[in-house]
Parts: sequence; C-alpha cells; structure tokens
Amino acid sequence: MGLSKEHLLARLKELQIDFSQYDHPVVLTVEAQAKYVGHLGGGLSKNLFLKDKKSRFYIVSALADTKVDLKVLSVRLGLGKGGLRMAPEESLGEILQVPLGCVTPLSLVNESACNVSLLLDQKFKSQEFCFFHPLSNDMSISLTTNGLDKFLKSIKRDPSYVDLEANPSVGKDQPPDLASLVPSSSVVLADPPETAASSKDCTENTVSVGNKSTKSTVSTSKPSINAKKAQDKPANITDVGKMVDDLLDSTSLLVLKEITEENIKEHGEELGELLSKKIKNQLAAELHNTIMIFKNTAYTEGFHAGMHCHPKRS
Amino acid sequence: MKHKQLLDLDSQENQNIGAMEIKENGEEEQQIVNPWKVEAKEGGKIDYDKLIDQFGCQRINQSLVKRVRRLTSRAPHVFLRRDIFFAHRDFNEILDAYERGEKFYLYTGRGPSSEALHLGHLIPFMFTKYLQDAFKVPLVIQLTDDEKCMWKNLTVEESQRLARENAKDIIACGFDITRTFIFSDFDYVGGAFYKNMVKVGKCVTYNKVVGIFGFTGEDHIGKVSFPPVQAVPSFPSSFPHLFSGQDNLRCLIPCAIDQDPYFRMTRDVAPRIGYHKPALIESLFFPALQGETGKMSASDPNSAIYVTDSAKDIKSKINKFAFSGGQDTIEKHRELGADLEVDIPYKYLKFFLDDDIELAYIGKEYGAGRMLTGEVKQRLIQVLTEIVERHRRARAAVTDEMVDAFMAVRPLPNMFD
Repeated sequence: MGLSKEHLLARLKELQIDFSQYDHPVVLTVEAQAKYVGHLGGGLSKNLFLKDKKSRFYIVSALADTKVDLKVLSVRLGLGKGGLRMAPEESLGEILQVPLGCVTPLSLVNESACNVSLLLDQKFKSQEFCFFHPLSNDMSISLTTNGLDKFLKSIKRDPSYVDLEANPSVGKDQPPDLASLVPSSSVVLADPPETAASSKDCTENTVSVGNKSTKSTVSTSKPSINAKKAQDKPANITDVGKMVDDLLDSTSLLVLKEITEENIKEHGEELGELLSKKIKNQLAAELHNTIMIFKNTAYTEGFHAGMHCHPKRS
Repeated sequence: MKHKQLLDLDSQENQNIGAMEIKENGEEEQQIVNPWKVEAKEGGKIDYDKLIDQFGCQRINQSLVKRVRRLTSRAPHVFLRRDIFFAHRDFNEILDAYERGEKFYLYTGRGPSSEALHLGHLIPFMFTKYLQDAFKVPLVIQLTDDEKCMWKNLTVEESQRLARENAKDIIACGFDITRTFIFSDFDYVGGAFYKNMVKVGKCVTYNKVVGIFGFTGEDHIGKVSFPPVQAVPSFPSSFPHLFSGQDNLRCLIPCAIDQDPYFRMTRDVAPRIGYHKPALIESLFFPALQGETGKMSASDPNSAIYVTDSAKDIKSKINKFAFSGGQDTIEKHRELGADLEVDIPYKYLKFFLDDDIELAYIGKEYGAGRMLTGEVKQRLIQVLTEIVERHRRARAAVTDEMVDAFMAVRPLPNMFD
C-alpha cells in the first residue's frame, strides 16, 4: 500500500522541509479547498492526473488560475494533437495510491508512481508558498518551491518547472519543447512477484527520467519574461537581423543609461570617450559569447547540409 | 584508485623528485598530489611552493605574464593575472617558438564520469578558450570515455552517453568550431593514434607504470594499458587529418597540477620517439565551498556550484555553505577583519571577478573588517549567477548536430588564422 499521510509528514520533517499543515473536512475540488485555506495567502494548486495513448502517465500541478490546455500540452510533449486525456479513476488508486480528488506531486513518493512524469507550473515560483494534499484530502500543507524541490530530489526526481500557458509553435524545425518529460516507459501494473522486477526498472528509469529532466530544466529555466532568450533555437540564433537588433539594443540601452544630466555635467566633452570605453568593457564579453554561438551554429548548419548533400549531376 | 609515490628514478626529470621524496619521508608527513588523490598535510592547506619543488616544474612569474600580454596584444586572462594558472613546463619555449612564427596546438580533456559539471570542472576549459582566442591556435579535446568505463565500471554505452553530454557543456564554454576537434576514445582510437599508442607503450616498462600510477596485481589489464591513450594526443601525428606534415608542431597542455605526474611520463617518452616534449601550464585546485581542507565531491551537491544550479540554488549554497573567513561577531570582525587566506567567498571572487580594481577594494575593506561577509557573499552570488546563466544560455544552443560537427573527423583549414 502507499505511504500514509503521517509517514509523509514525518519524512518531510526528517528532511527539514518547512511546512504548515491544515486539517479540514474531506475536499474533492479546489473550490472546496479554498473555503478552508484560501485566505492564508500563497497559491492553491490544481493537480491533473493524465494519461497518453501509450499508457504513460503524467501529473500536471499548476496554480489554480493557470490555464492548462491539454491539447497544447499534448503537442508540446510530442504526443500529437489530442494525445492527452484525464487518467481513469482506477489508475489514481493503482498508480498514485491516493483517493479521488487527491492528486498531488507528493504522491510520487510511492514506488508505483515511479514512471509518472511530473510537470510543475513555473508560476509556483512566484508564490511565497503553495498548498498541496499530503496523500489525503482531509489536510492541506503549504510548501515553498524550495521545499517541494528538496522533497522531490530526495525521491530522486528532478523538479521540472514549465511555463504551462506557453504555446510555442511545434514543427519540423521546432521540436516539441517538453518532449524530454515523456516517461521512458509505460507503467506496468504488476502483481507482487513482478513488483521486484518493475522496481528495478524504476531505478533505471528514474535515472533516465532524471537525466531527461535535467536536460529539460536546462531549457525551461530560461526566463520567459525575456523574449529574446526564450527561444534559442538554431533558426533564431542564426537570424542575422535579429542578432543585429539585439546587439544594437544592448548598446543603445547602455548609452542611454549613461547619458544623464549628472554625467554630462561631470565629464562634459570627455563623456564620449568615457562612454566608448565603458561600452567596450561591458559589452565585449557578452558580444563575444553571442557571436561565437552564432559562428558555431552557422558552421553546424553548413556541415549538416554538406553531409546530406547529393552528388553533382554531370 | 590506490596512491603510490613516484618511484621511477630513470628519467632525468624524475631523478630529482625521487631524491627529494626519499629525503622528505624521513621528515614529517607529506602532502599527496597525483591524478587520483589530492590531500594536504594533516588538515592544512596545499603548499604549492613545495609542490613545484617536488614536481620540478617552474613558477609563472610576472615577467612571463607580461610577455604573454605583449605577444597576444590583449590583457592576460584573469587566471594568469592572479596566479591561478601558476606553474608551467616549457611555456617559455612555446612562446619563443611563437615569436619566431612557429605555432602550436592546445590539448586538454575530460574524463566523463558524471553528468553534472561544476565550476571547478570549467576552469581549465575557460582558460583553454582564452588561450585559443589569444594565440589563435587549434585545440584537441579528449573525452576519456574508455577510462571512465574501466575505472568507474560504467557500461560502454553509458560512458559514451556521458561523453556526449559533457561535450555539450564543454562546447558551451565558447570554443571555436573552426579550430576545435573534440573526440572520444571509443570513437577515435585506431589508425595513426593507435600507432603512437604502441610507440609510447614500448617505452614504458610495467614497473614504471606501476610506480607512477600505483597499479597492483589485482588491477585489470585494461587499466594498465590505458596511460598511452592519454599521452598520445600530445603528438601531432596522432591527428593526421589535422596536422599531417607538421610533425614538428608543439603542444601545450593546460591542466590542473595534479595531472603533472602523469605528463611527466609523456615528456620522458617524447624525445625517445622523435617528438617535442609537450609543454604544460598548470593551475591550482579549485576549493570546495566548505573550504580548502574540504573536498569537492560529485556525491555532495553542496560542496560546489553546478552549471545546472538555479539562481536560487546558488544563493542558498553560497549563503549556507561557503566557508567564511570573517569573525564570529560584528564587533570582532570590525576589529580584526576577515582572514582572507581561508575565506571562500573572497577566494571564489579571485577566480571569477574580472575587475582587478574591485577585487583589490574588496580585499582591502574585507580584510580590514569594514566590509562584512554578507556583502562579499552577495557580490559573489551576483558574479556566479551571471556566469552560470551565460553558460546555460550557451548550453541551450548546443544541439546534437553541433556535437556531431565538433566531433567529426574533418579538416580545419583555418585553424591558425
């Protein structure tokens, strides 16, 4: 059977993860939960347990008011359109070992959930703390994202924060950006004698899921606020117009920042020379890096084209 | 990996060392420095002057740094200015040849034993990139997936996978694809490379390799025959697609000083098979967050800053774990100042804060007790976050196709331009 609420809370304490717990009558929806803990600040989480056509399972945990579009997520995961459905009720008990209305990232502590992929709302990070059910719906606990991450790492999971509301285009040159979060194998609902085998699979898969999550952490932790950095795909990197614009923007920004009444008064005619020096010092390293990335990307594209070049017809 | 002191007394360079070690053994317990173990004397710090004496390499002095500035027409790298790359062998010869118009190539590498790279791992690569840009020379980077397969008992596939993953972080350091060749041993060993391996192997007796690397009768033969693999990238004929007809080309190896015993073997063999001895330029060890006496370990994520750490992680790690040389109370601190010898935030700034003037200011104020540890840590957090963020951005731009291109056995026509 799955871990009990008490065991989970004890585990959190052992790991020295700060949390506050709030008992309340059993709740099955976020609205109901809000009646009891909605006034405490922080963010309420809504948790979806999803399944794809190949019987792979996902928990999507988001702020209550984040819009989650399953169709978009499905495409971003590389499952095509309409590849994600709500998981059937029985699987809640079988895989996550939690009752109805109690989907929570914390349920990944159970071995049976080892192949379930977890997608966490990036917006959790903007909250002081968020509420989750600790394996039972008669209680909510508040956790900071740090606390949640610490817990996930303790069960050998890599926390993957995703901009759930983003809708990037996916096509031939833009692979599905969340593809690495798809579990490497489907969940095997095994009888006891086989559980040993599937737990062995779990460790291996945990490693590879972890590795994939590391990769996705790399690509999704870019601040999406800064649109320039959000999509560092080859097509964007070698876009000459865009690069020129970005570089000139950085330079202008610096110039405008430095040309103040104060500075003009202080340096007068020398301001020009001073500014010129400052630009060179401050921007040189960044420009160098950006342009080296550009060079290497352009070379790679050429190299790739050369490798797939058809011989000349003569 | 068991440690054994260098016992080989044959080769000239090693003769002095052997004598020195015998003498020292009579005195107090020594510090231990070799490719598999780095340990200071009884809970103290590594004595680098003694190490240079012991190994017989040269210190890099200010006039050498000035010479580099003159030859490259640009400011020498932070690591050179601050004595972080502080020792060398034959670097002067490399510069002499360079002045005569004879180029050289760079050789560095990584043993891909883990996916997570920390800042300490990046240091030789950051310095090598500077050398590549400043001198405009080509670079070969060896990924010893075979070594890790053997020593860490990984499967062949896993070590190859780690090699490719590490290659991405290495590429993210900003190497120029038109002058860089990255290769993994499993992919590349063979042909001319293997011929050189055999030539080197013939020059090193079993006893010698046991003396240098501490092999025992229980170690498998894979390990015993590995050393030539790491030696031959020092010889240009190992890369016929790059340096054909340039057997006289010199090689410069940037590395941490614990690799020195290893390349002594290579330098010993080189003249016997008709090649130049590779030159070395060596760095200090990057201290763990917990301090000089602490050990940076892949199994303790809090002993180092990883390139995958978030800004939050960096902030929390520095605040919680960076060993402070400040005093216990503010009053005491204002009176005595911080102990810069053991203070980790200050040491880390020495590595990563580019601005000499700002660093000197911090050193002065913090050492006098006018600046508090918290402020120094805050500045460090800023600096490290910027570095890690820049690395992450560059890393995100590295595709599998780019790795393939860097690792393709292809000519590099403009590698000296």
